[in-house]
Parts: sequence; C-alpha cells; structure tokens
Amino acid sequence: MGRKLLTENINVPGIQSLDVYRKHGGYDGLKKALGMSPDAIVEEVKKSGLRGRGGAGFPTGMKWSFLAKPDGVPRHLVCNADESEPGTFKDRYMMERIPHLLIEGMAIGSFALGANTSYIYIRGELLYVFHILQKAIDEAYAAGLLGKNIMGSGFDFDLHVHCGAGAYICGEETALIESLEGKRGNPRIKPPFPAIQGLWQRPTVVNNVESVMAVVPIVKMGGDEYAKIGVGKSTGTKLISACGHINKPGVYEIELGIPVEEFIYSDEYCGGIRNGKDLKAVVAGGSSVPILPKDLILKLANGEPRLMTYESLSDGGFITGTMLGSGGFIVMDEDTSVVKNLYTFSRFYHHESCGQCSPCREGTGWMEKVLHKILDGHGTLEDVDLLWDIQSKIEGKTICPLGEAAAWPVASAIRHFRSEFEEYVKNPSSIKKDNHYYRLNNISPEVA
Amino acid sequence: MPKVTIDGHSIEVPEGTTILQAARMIGGDIVPPAMCYYSKLKTSGGYCRTCIVKVTKGSEKDPRPMPKPVASCRTTVMDGMEVQNTTAPDLLEARKGVVEFLLLNHPLDCPVCDQAGECHLQDLSYQHGLAKSRYEFKRREFEKIDIGENIKLHMTRCILCYRCVKVADQVCDSRVHGVINRGDVAEISTYIEKSLDSDFSGNVIDVCPVGALTDRTFRFKSRVWFTNPMNAHRNCTKCSGKTVLWTSGDDVLRVSARKDVHGEVEEWICNECRFEKKEKSDWTIEGPRHIDRKSVISANHYEVKKQLKIDVSNQKSIDERAHNN
Ligand SMILES: Cc1cc2nc3c(=O)[nH]c(=O)nc-3n(C[C@H](O)[C@H](O)[C@H](O)COP(=O)(O)O)c2cc1C
Ligand code: SF4
Ligand code: SF4
Ligand code: SF4
Ligand code: FES
Repeated sequence: MGRKLLTENINVPGIQSLDVYRKHGGYDGLKKALGMSPDAIVEEVKKSGLRGRGGAGFPTGMKWSFLAKPDGVPRHLVCNADESEPGTFKDRYMMERIPHLLIEGMAIGSFALGANTSYIYIRGELLYVFHILQKAIDEAYAAGLLGKNIMGSGFDFDLHVHCGAGAYICGEETALIESLEGKRGNPRIKPPFPAIQGLWQRPTVVNNVESVMAVVPIVKMGGDEYAKIGVGKSTGTKLISACGHINKPGVYEIELGIPVEEFIYSDEYCGGIRNGKDLKAVVAGGSSVPILPKDLILKLANGEPRLMTYESLSDGGFITGTMLGSGGFIVMDEDTSVVKNLYTFSRFYHHESCGQCSPCREGTGWMEKVLHKILDGHGTLEDVDLLWDIQSKIEGKTICPLGEAAAWPVASAIRHFRSEFEEYVKNPSSIKKDNHYYRLNNISPEVA
Repeated sequence: MPKVTIDGHSIEVPEGTTILQAARMIGGDIVPPAMCYYSKLKTSGGYCRTCIVKVTKGSEKDPRPMPKPVASCRTTVMDGMEVQNTTAPDLLEARKGVVEFLLLNHPLDCPVCDQAGECHLQDLSYQHGLAKSRYEFKRREFEKIDIGENIKLHMTRCILCYRCVKVADQVCDSRVHGVINRGDVAEISTYIEKSLDSDFSGNVIDVCPVGALTDRTFRFKSRVWFTNPMNAHRNCTKCSGKTVLWTSGDDVLRVSARKDVHGEVEEWICNECRFEKKEKSDWTIEGPRHIDRKSVISANHYEVKKQLKIDVSNQKSIDERAHNN
C-alpha cells in the first residue's frame, strides 16, 4: 500500500465536520505553522519539492518565494478550484469530502505569504461544494480558526469562497483573477505575472486545491520527510482521477514513481481493463495532454517501464511522451474510436475558448468542424493534413495555453493514430462500427 | 539604453520600448503589421497576433532564444535582443496562419464595404493571405446594429481587436459597450442597442481597423478613393478641431481625425466636428492631405505615386490624373 497523506482520513464518518476533523489531527498543522516563522514555512515547502498540482508542475516553494513584497501593499493567496478539465475530478472529490483540509492549507499558506485575505475560486457547476466549503468556513470562523487573531497567534486571516459562473477558461490563473475582480474572464497578457501584479494589481499566488492541501502534511512531517516519497524531482503523493474503461474508476492517491502499468492493472488502483478487453490508449493528464497508444504509455521509447512521474511521463517529448498534467487519467479500451474521442475534446475547446486571440477563437471551431465532417463520412485525406496544419498554426501563437490545450490532442491523435483517420476517410462505413460514448452534434456544420 | 537588432537593423531605444515600437523607429518593411495594438490606447495589443516575431536571442544577459513567437506589440526590448521578422520563413508562415484565422469567418464583402480602400485587413490579406480560403463552412453572421444616430456596427466584419472598447473606456466619459459572449460567437455590443453617446464616441470609427464600425453619415456616399482628403481645422471648444475632410467638389462627405503613417489617429476629435460640421464654410482648409499608407486608398492621390511600385507605362496616366485632382 502506498502512503496516503491527503486521503488518509477521507473515509472517516463525519470528517466533513470540524469536530471530527480536529479529532483526527485537523488544524494541528496550522497550529505548528503559526509557531514557525513565515520564511521557515516557505523553506519547508521548498525542501519538500512539491510541484504545482494544477497542471504545469511548477515548484510551489519557488512560486512562493517569487512573490513580491512591497511595503504597505496587501498580498493574496488564491486557490484555484475551477477544476473543469475533462477527465480531472480530484479537487471536487477532496473539497466535498474533507473541506477543512483546504481551509487549513489556505491558512498555512496565507500565513507563510503574509496574506491577510485569501480566496477560493470554485467552479460554477460545483455549487453544492461551494455550500460545503462555506459551511466549513463558517465553522472555522466560529472556532477562532479564521478571523481576527487566529488560534491566538496575532495573525488576522479572512478567507472567502467565490463561485465562478462555469467557464473552463476561468481556471487559467489570470482569467481567474479577472473573474474574481468581477470582470469578464479573459486571460491577461503576461507579463506582468500575478506574483507582481495579480488580484487588484497586488502580488498574488494562485495555487491548485491539491497543492494547497499538500502543504498541510508537509508542515506536519517536514519538507525533507515529504521529499523522501517519490522519484527524483517528482516528490510526494499525487491524486489521480482515473476514468474510462477500467474496472475501478475513481480518485486515487499514489506515491509518485509507481509504474503506469501497475497503476492501470493492479487491484489497488484501476484494477485493469473492463470486460477483459485490451488497452488501446491513455490520456494521462487531463484532456489537453497528448494521447499515447498502449505501447508508449506502458513503456518509454527505450523499452524501460514508464512511471507515474512528471519526468517519466514527459520522456520523449511529444513524439513519444505526454505529460502528468492535472492527473486526469483517461483509459480507452480496444473498441474506442480515437477520432470520435478527439471530436468530443475539440468540441469542448471550441466551446470554451474565450475568443480574445484569433488563432484560438477561429482555429478551435474550424478543427471541430473538420472533425465533424470526417465523422459525417465526408472527409478526405486532405482534411487530415488540414487538421494537422490548423493545430500547428494555433500552437504557440496564442495568449494563454488553451490554444495549446486544443492543439495537442489533435496533433497527438494524428501522430499516433493516423491510420484510423485514414480508415474513416477511405471507408466511411467503418465509422458506424465502433461507437463508444460519443455524440455528434445533430446539426452538421453548414457548408458555404 | 537597450540595443535591439531587428532583421539585421540595430537601434538603441529607451527602456520599456516594445519590439514593435522599435521596429517602427527603424521603419520600412521590417515593421510587423499590427491589427489591434494602438499606441494611444493603454493596454491595447496582444489579441490579433499578426505582429508576432521570432526572438532568436533574448538578451545579452540571457541569450537563449524565446521558445515561441511573441507578440511584438506587448514584448519589451532587452539589451542585446535579436529579432527576426521578414527574415524568418517559419515566422512568415506562422503569420500567414494568423491572417488566415482572421479572414476565416470574415465576409470579405469589400465591394459593398465602406472601409474598402482604407482597410487594414484588406491590406493584410493582400500581403499575407492565401489566394483561396481553405474554409469550406458557412461563415458566421451577425445582425447589423445602429449604435446611436451616427455609428453603424457591422459585427460580421469585426476582428475583435478590442480597440473600440478601449476608446470607450479611455476616451469617452462612460462605457456602455463591450464584449459579450465568448469564443467565436463573442461580439461587440452595447447592451440592448443602447447608443454610444459621449462627445468622443465617434473615435471608435477611426480606430476600427476594419469596416465593422462605420460612419452612418457617410455610408455608401462614395468610395473613399474617389474623394479628396483635405487637412482642415476649426475652433472647437471640445477638441483640437484638427481634422481631415473627405470631399467631393463642394461637398464634405465625411470628417475624420488625422492619421499617421501607422494608421493611428494623431489626435482624438469630438462628435460635433465629426458629424455636424459638413459644410466647407465650417472649416479653414489647409490643403490636400498627404496619405501615407500604401493601400488602395492612395491609388488616386498624386503624392503617393512615388511610393507605389507601378508599371512605367501607367506613369503618364497617373500623373495626368494627379494633376486633374
Ligand atoms: C485553460 C486553462 C485551464 C486551467 N484550469 C485549471 C484548473 O481548473 N485548476 C487548476 O488548478 N489549474 C488550472 N490551470 C492552471 C492554472 O493556470 C495555474 O497554473 C494553476 O492554478 C497554478 O497552480 P499550481 O501551481 O498549484 O498548480 C488552467 C490553465 C489553463 C491554461
Ligand atoms: S488562447 Fe483561447 S482562451 Fe486563451 S486567450 Fe486566446 S482565445 Fe482566449
Ligand atoms: S472590413 Fe476590410 S476586408 Fe472586410 S469587407 Fe470591409 S474592406 Fe473588405
Ligand atoms: S468593432 Fe472594430 S474596433 Fe471594435 S473590436 Fe471590432 S474590429 Fe475592433
Ligand atoms: S498588434 Fe500585436 S497582437 Fe495585435
């Protein structure tokens, strides 16, 4: 059994409530932190090697130490709870089950950063989780864990939870900040970065729910101890939300470094492929990371086993590798149509583009339409090349990474499964054959 | 002062200068096209991506190249930076892609568009566009809207450069329009067609790079290249009163602000000058307006013939026409 740092108590009855949470060591981390100096906490987080769990994997301790600290200007910690990437559902699970862990992490992080007011920005669709968090925050205020002079430490700390209106783009940290300010959720053009000018132009750290939660065990056990778990620069535990054609979909806390094969096939985790089928492909880190076929997800190009770490999953770049991303692990069996799955993803990115920059605004819709055309049975070989060309003209030319998030799935599907596109184009009757979980828009795009 | 090299031309520029501004200081063909940046509007730029360039050396201190093309209008120059624009074939290919995206859903109804002849998108598609669109689907369309008495919004032609939004924010007293919806159905809108009524709202027409915002008092009066632009001024209490009159015989068909070589207005003008002073007697006429831009608009104007690369056999007739003007 791998060690559990975040989910250890997740199944304790009543752990949602403050009483039960405290009985199980809840807020001991905060108590310890308040007795340390803020810099010492940042130092522990640095030592832990914790990397951002929101997708990009940027070292959290380093992010914290970059925060500008001009005199007399308030600073903020903002928790990114906008989780909307298809395939990723770990933050929701945690906030729903053990809300006080997030509040404790926010209090520790804010104390370390010198932020007296902090925010949790939660995805609009998760209204019920918003209520769970709000209730937990109210409890914490009543118990003196939030508000003036928390736990008698002299540190004043207010925590607010804010509900978005349901836009994937508001998970991009600068769009999130705009939205939190009450504006249209458009990503900002960087620089300046949030560490210098974030929320209301003040220095701001934006961290994913899981990153914030991980600070609690780090403070409790010490950064060095945390760093002992894992492999190389992938330290600690990571939540993986596994879904698709596996026997046991769900959220798993793994020690970074276990082999991908073990994660998919062992009974401790996914429990193998459903109905005795064979594995076809995996999208390992949320819908935006490159899809990999079976042989490449289980093994590196050199034949060594691929591990669940940042480095191993990205080994080989995008030619033979992918990314750990946000930990949304989507497994597809042998009957799955990669093209149909791609269409679903493309539809999503088209729908979620904010529309600020032309390559993403126009290109995402174009790719969706071309894919629709292929699945309608009217595609040509040129359409496959066209798709490749469109994605290459979006990638790297946009304001925020949503452009890439839309381009990578297309590029990787064509790179690894080109024959499937060609089969659909040459032999349209084959499109009807396999039909897993996909729905074409009823209306075909109108041709001019 | 940081020194930057763009396509082999070096220049020293003040701290904080962007690559685009530095390129404009050097001038000539190396200046990247800019469809959304507007030097007179704060926070403009970054949206259209036509101005992208390749940074092959970040700076003297950190010589690494930048991994992706950057928007030259929003990237500040560092000392020792080396930039490629026209000399990088892959960059030009990338820009072609951006232009294709901008034109993807664009109606290209230039023959009936009031902007034709002074349209930056038209120029851009001549210079960087593909001969034929690869987009085979129906283009998106929006209803035309009158925003107030004097301004027409033809959203179908809009490229979402956000300039008009910034004018309304920064030049007018209050903003009643902005962007609603998202992605490829995002649109410029005034809530419930509320009119833009501010003394300076007419400037949105001048900043719009395409024919999405046009002057209703000029609509379909004439093709712009059949008019004579004249510098003129009047004593105005609200603005500088310095304008260009677009005339035909004794008629003043349109009044606009004066624009510089980059197509940006020199000074904002007020709505009274723009929409209400349509008699030559309202104005002191200074003389013909020099039109710098190399677009179709210039074709009929004598001053520009030197810049146009024209067939010598045409020279005479153009000279003649120029004299007649
Ligand atoms: C389109 C887009 C959507 C994103 N959505 C999320 C999200 O839902 N949750 C999240 O934590 N990070 C998301 N991110 C990443 C954030 O911008 C940011 O990197 C992250 O919140 C930083 O936290 P971390 O350092 O703790 O990972 C998204 C990024 C992009 C470009
Ligand atoms: S890449 Fe897409 S989502 Fe990001 S700013 Fe541009 S249009 Fe908006
Ligand atoms: S906006 Fe420009 S490119 Fe578009 S129709 Fe008008 S003149 Fe043509
Ligand atoms: S209406 Fe014109 S100025 Fe306004 S965003 Fe559209 S193209 Fe730009
Ligand atoms: S001019 Fe630079 S992005 Fe539009």
